[in-house]
Amino acid sequence: MEKIAMGRVGGYGRVIPETQPSYLYPPYAATTRRAPKQPLIVVPHTLSEITGPVFGHSDIGESDNDLTRQHSGEPIGERIIVSGRVLDEDGRAVPGALVEIWQTNAAGRYRHRVDQHDAPLDPNFTGCGRMLTDSEGRYRFVSIKPGEYPWQNHPNAWRPAHIHFSLFGAGLLSRLVTQMYFPGDPLLPFDPIFNSVPDEKARTRLISIFDWENTIPQHALGYRFDIVLRGREGTPVEQSR
Amino acid sequence: MKLPPTSSQTVGPFFHLGVAFLTREHLEARGITGEIVTIRGRVLDGDGKPLPDALLEIWQADAAGQYTAERSDWADGNSSPRFQGFGRAETDQDGVFSFTTVKPGSVAFPDGSMQAPHIVVTVFSRGLLKPLWTRLYFPDEPGNAADPILKLVPAERRATLIARRSGEGAGNLGENTLEWNVVMQGDGETVFFDY
Repeated sequence: MEKIAMGRVGGYGRVIPETQPSYLYPPYAATTRRAPKQPLIVVPHTLSEITGPVFGHSDIGESDNDLTRQHSGEPIGERIIVSGRVLDEDGRAVPGALVEIWQTNAAGRYRHRVDQHDAPLDPNFTGCGRMLTDSEGRYRFVSIKPGEYPWQNHPNAWRPAHIHFSLFGAGLLSRLVTQMYFPGDPLLPFDPIFNSVPDEKARTRLISIFDWENTIPQHALGYRFDIVLRGREGTPVEQSR
Repeated sequence: MKLPPTSSQTVGPFFHLGVAFLTREHLEARGITGEIVTIRGRVLDGDGKPLPDALLEIWQADAAGQYTAERSDWADGNSSPRFQGFGRAETDQDGVFSFTTVKPGSVAFPDGSMQAPHIVVTVFSRGLLKPLWTRLYFPDEPGNAADPILKLVPAERRATLIARRSGEGAGNLGENTLEWNVVMQGDGETVFFDY
């Protein structure tokens, strides 16, 4: 059987623990019955983990990155431009990365059957988008600023405004799901999900930066959110079979 | 200088909104060679309760043991059926998921030995601040005994990674249906990997 040599692909670097949350974080109550109790088994990275799905433009619609143009009318709320670059740990652009986002409307309500929050739905806002990064790893979404909303985690619990991000990089181990927050949100110090990240600097990197450069005069405010995905280790491994 | 990777956060309970467009529970397609198999199971928490809000992503090689991303013909415009290798399934109200695919072939291990046929499964849900990584192996597979990843797992826990043929009470499940549950915590906890 013809085989293609793995060539210049090595394993990924191990994760810096303080930059990632633990599975068990009791202030976020749902972790207590869902975090594994047995130790995770550390395993080497094989072809099964360093490869990953490749998505193409046929997976994406033309206006999928403009959440304000998915219905006949304009959604209510403050228009925003969220943009940034997707890089690997060596600072190299990740082109062709699939970026998926989802969020509440301006009133803090998800268009989802499970969301029971007593806030209005917006007939002109679904709250999801997707796109592929360009050759320099850039992405750009047009949306409206999501609202804060209450949840059941603890008495008087409120989530800060956020946008969910899901990314596929060059290989399976680059997979990332995260949340982007907004600068100056007074709810951030009280949010167990945001505060589950132990390292303060890492946590702060989840907060987007107000972005004059990408603000459109008379139209929309810009926010910048750069994302770093796990990348392969520097020393390539030559594979022969 | 290394940049630290962005921190993971939970998908929360409302991910369907953003990711459903890519739900692919059927990876088999006309013209793709291989043994078609359906894998069905439930995702359970530490109380044995089903998770109605879990998302499973699967990644696997084709029947010849090749990953789409390593195939030389993937971008040549060839219109012959090409196995995608990627699936995404959500659990329902009873915590049940299912996907239909072709059984993968053996895949090389970095030292040149072979890994038994397997599917990499990534689990996301509310309450998971980062995904859980596991693998599904196939029953009655001679390669399982020598699989270099299974060998790293304590013998008494290996069964959590191996799907079972549908047994009694499987009802109308076909003979090529396998059962495999994900137990996030507690008795029979699934083996999860740290990469």
